Amino acid sequence: MTIRKFTEDHEWIDVVDGVGTVGITNHAQEQLGDVVFVELPEVGATIAKGASVGVVESVKAASDIYTPVSGEVVAVNEALVEDPAQVNADPEAGAWFYRIRLSKPDELDGLLAAEAYQALLG
Amino acid sequence: MSPTLSDLEAPDAFQARHIGPDAQDRQHMLRAVGAASMDQLITETVPAGIRLGHGLALPEGCDEAAMLDRMRAIADRNRVVTSMIGMGYYGTHTPPVILRNVLENPGWYTAYTPYQPEISQGRLEALLTFQTMVADLTGLEIANASLLDEATAAAEAMTLARRVGRSKAEAFFVDANCHPQTIAVLRTRAEPLGIPVIVGDPVRDLDPAAVFAALFQYPGTDGAIPDLAAPIDRLHGDRALAIVATDLLALTVLKAPGEFGADIAVGSAQRFGVPMGYGGPHAAFIATRDAFRRSLPGRLVGLSVDRDGRPALRLALQTREQHIRRDKATSNICTAQVLLAVIAGLYACWHGPDGLTRIARRSHRLASLFADGLRHGGATPRHGTFFDTVTIPCPGTADHRVARALAEGINIRRVDADAVAVSFDETSTRGTVEALWRAFEVDRPTLSVDRLDAEAAGDRLPDGLVRRSPFLTHPTFSNYRSETEMLRYLRRLADKDIALDRAMIPLGSCTMKLNAAAEMLPISWPAFARIHPFAPAEQAQGYKDLVDRLSRALEEITGYDAVSLQPNAGSQGEYAGLLAIRAYHRSRGDLDRTVCLIPESAHGTNPASAVMAGFRVVVVACDADGNVDVDDLKAKAAEHGAHLGALMVTYPSTHGVFEAAIGEICGIVHDHGGQVYVDGANLNALVGLAKPGKFGADVSHLNLHKTFCIPHGGGGPGVGPIGVRAHLAPFLPNHPLRSDAGPASGIGPVSAAPYGSAGILPISWAYIEMMGAEGLRRASEQAILSANYIAARLRPHYPVLYAGQNDRVAHEVILDTRPLKAEAGISVDDIAKRLIDYGFHAPTMSFPVPGTLMIEPTESEGLAEIDRFCEAMIAIRQEIARVAQGHWPADDNPLVNAPHTADDLLVDRWAHAYERSVAAYPVPGLKDRKYWPPVARVDQAYGDRHLVCSCPSIDGYREAAE
Repeated sequence: MTIRKFTEDHEWIDVVDGVGTVGITNHAQEQLGDVVFVELPEVGATIAKGASVGVVESVKAASDIYTPVSGEVVAVNEALVEDPAQVNADPEAGAWFYRIRLSKPDELDGLLAAEAYQALLG
Repeated sequence: MSPTLSDLEAPDAFQARHIGPDAQDRQHMLRAVGAASMDQLITETVPAGIRLGHGLALPEGCDEAAMLDRMRAIADRNRVVTSMIGMGYYGTHTPPVILRNVLENPGWYTAYTPYQPEISQGRLEALLTFQTMVADLTGLEIANASLLDEATAAAEAMTLARRVGRSKAEAFFVDANCHPQTIAVLRTRAEPLGIPVIVGDPVRDLDPAAVFAALFQYPGTDGAIPDLAAPIDRLHGDRALAIVATDLLALTVLKAPGEFGADIAVGSAQRFGVPMGYGGPHAAFIATRDAFRRSLPGRLVGLSVDRDGRPALRLALQTREQHIRRDKATSNICTAQVLLAVIAGLYACWHGPDGLTRIARRSHRLASLFADGLRHGGATPRHGTFFDTVTIPCPGTADHRVARALAEGINIRRVDADAVAVSFDETSTRGTVEALWRAFEVDRPTLSVDRLDAEAAGDRLPDGLVRRSPFLTHPTFSNYRSETEMLRYLRRLADKDIALDRAMIPLGSCTMKLNAAAEMLPISWPAFARIHPFAPAEQAQGYKDLVDRLSRALEEITGYDAVSLQPNAGSQGEYAGLLAIRAYHRSRGDLDRTVCLIPESAHGTNPASAVMAGFRVVVVACDADGNVDVDDLKAKAAEHGAHLGALMVTYPSTHGVFEAAIGEICGIVHDHGGQVYVDGANLNALVGLAKPGKFGADVSHLNLHKTFCIPHGGGGPGVGPIGVRAHLAPFLPNHPLRSDAGPASGIGPVSAAPYGSAGILPISWAYIEMMGAEGLRRASEQAILSANYIAARLRPHYPVLYAGQNDRVAHEVILDTRPLKAEAGISVDDIAKRLIDYGFHAPTMSFPVPGTLMIEPTESEGLAEIDRFCEAMIAIRQEIARVAQGHWPADDNPLVNAPHTADDLLVDRWAHAYERSVAAYPVPGLKDRKYWPPVARVDQAYGDRHLVCSCPSIDGYREAAE
């Protein structure tokens, strides 16, 4: 069973069999407003925890996506490029951004559990 | 006793024309703010530590007639000569209908940047026309709404290519046949970014594997028309990009860069109807592939729809720009050259593709006939094919040729000691050719233009590069060819927009003050308009005089020791000032002072400019009151210590507060070896009261298009001079083609022209001259009083965010509308759009704090208009209360449905929870002066998701409407 973890930058990650699926939270999409553009990392790229790997843009704001974990990007959600509005409609499931094979699973320990993330939102 | 002659001469007459409230109004306002006198208010507002103890050492003011007399004497020291120097600046005829109805029309020139699209559809359409024209002529897919000049556009193209390119190479190649000022500006811009620039011959010196991109000039500065298909192909083979600097008129007869593989095209639109103006202002353009759209710098106009499905224009993809992306912006550019882009686009509408081709072919024909005549006389032009420019080798006799031409009343270009060049243009005639033949001592009595014209069958354009593709096929380029049609089109467009000729534009930090007609008259005088930026200095003594007078006045006003007028926007001034700081540190061996501290409340151009100048941005926190957090500043200054290059701070702050700690702030930075840059955007609260150069700052830029009356033009032109203290004076910008434009030790040019947009400097000098020392101080005092008056009237209705000592604001006031979102679901956007129904342009939205409105009345607004604005804001607050109370539904009330168009109201069945009269006439006074927005609220997200940046087909409009 996967336990969803969160970052202070409002990303979420679900990990199954060493592969994490990453997206942004409902709070994030609310703050951004109507999303008009999503820039995704390249499949095959090796990324390090905390690096900026993509961008999500609305009409009035642009937010970098910082990867919560290190590893290799194994898939990206091309559908978001076609229809960025999905990020507003279904941020915490259908509008995932990318999938990553974790190189350092221990990094998950440093992320926030659901309660801690909720507490952050205050 | 009769009044004396001195009483009757009234030298301060202009003050009362510029400053809106009269003495009685002032008394009323002072009572409302609880101050016994203006002196008391100023003492309570401006910190004692920075107050001047004396007035400005400037002459007393004068009236309009006296100013115009003095301006005429200055202008008379310029000598208007037919300039055929070329190099990117050409003679052109501004169509009189466009001169009178756009350049000289406050409905066009007093407008602001079109951030509120519903009230800007007129100029947005004119800009879309410009974009379409550029995209068509260059054969590329997307063009923006103007950049500042050709040279900085080339620099923007260089960094654009680096951002989007796939090459890992580090160097940038520049064709030696580019205009020399373009090469010089590129060097200035590349150096702090660590980009090696290779200048050379594309055939011999270009190694595609060694560069990420290359810049070519087409046609070249010497007139040659290179075939660039092969070099571009080779570049692409090594994943490098090709940038072509080009000429719009030439592109009516020559193959478009997009047709031979160019990735980016740049150039100037000056010759499309905008006078040379001793270097500017002119609209530059940039066009590129659609795939690179997100990386395009500057303003971009795009098509969207409004809530009723009507096609509506707006600024698109703003997340590229500095106001959102800050240090990650594609460019630091903010103000562009909108008014000039509008003129250039309309010039294309006026002439149409056939008219432009005729002008191009005539210029070329004259050049050809001239060259043919030369051959008869034994001289051989360098190139067999050319467009408008003929280079003539004349070993050892170039100076002689230049003198002979001048004796005929013509400036030609001295290329070097052994060659001259001549560029023909729209204004050239047969007489020009004959005069030049005399200058070249072509002694053939039977030679005549008519004879050669009859004999010469073909032209001298290279066969393989003649344009065959159609261009400017959109109906807008053929619909307005009679003057009556154009006149009415211009009126229809202007009628769609709110500019200062309709109502107050209370945009905080934009200083939308009066642009007096008297100030605007001289810029159209030929003595100012028709001077080429590289004309001999002896012919521009009037400009020299003007530059000196204006520079000295700005030095006195700011307390700085030296001024450069070269930067042509505030962002460019920031960039130049930061480069000066960098050069200063490096001159002292401090190569590592690369950190720039910037408060989080800073204008987006600040971090964007810092990055361009090679600094690393570190953000300093602001405290709960919106001031720089001095403790955080101390910590960060200490942390970065020997790496600290500069602090950028705005004073008064972007929150409209005279921060009391400014002296301490400057001290902390200086103690750690850094320099202090004070952003002068808010100078309107300081003139005559305090001087940045005296309270601790090392350098500031000024915005002449804010404080000093150059009109905003809808988003440009601007002028952003910098003032520096003596230790930075050696590092001001200079120019390779004009030795008196700056110090020999300077940082190089930051603009294409030596004095930037020199053609509009008369406006600011006129303002300073008419106001005089006392008038300038009074203007600042009134600006402060008016802002405090608004704060007093609106405080009972909206929280005022931030005030300084004694609860006073400076020249602007921020209202916090965030609680209204929680209370009634009403956003700051809703308030801004509802203000349109009341006939106003909204104040600045969400800067520096999201969810707020920043109001700056300026000294020019009268009490009646200020009260009208306050009453509108109060009425809106009452409307919001009605929503909160449930009187109107949260999803159907006059605010969320604003703005209301006439169409919205004229439906057969009105289905809203409020009356039509409430929608359209919320206060009775509007019946006499109603502004009808042409579109309802524009769908911003739709516009960014479906980007369309050129004129759609008529079908496109029909479909959108259905």
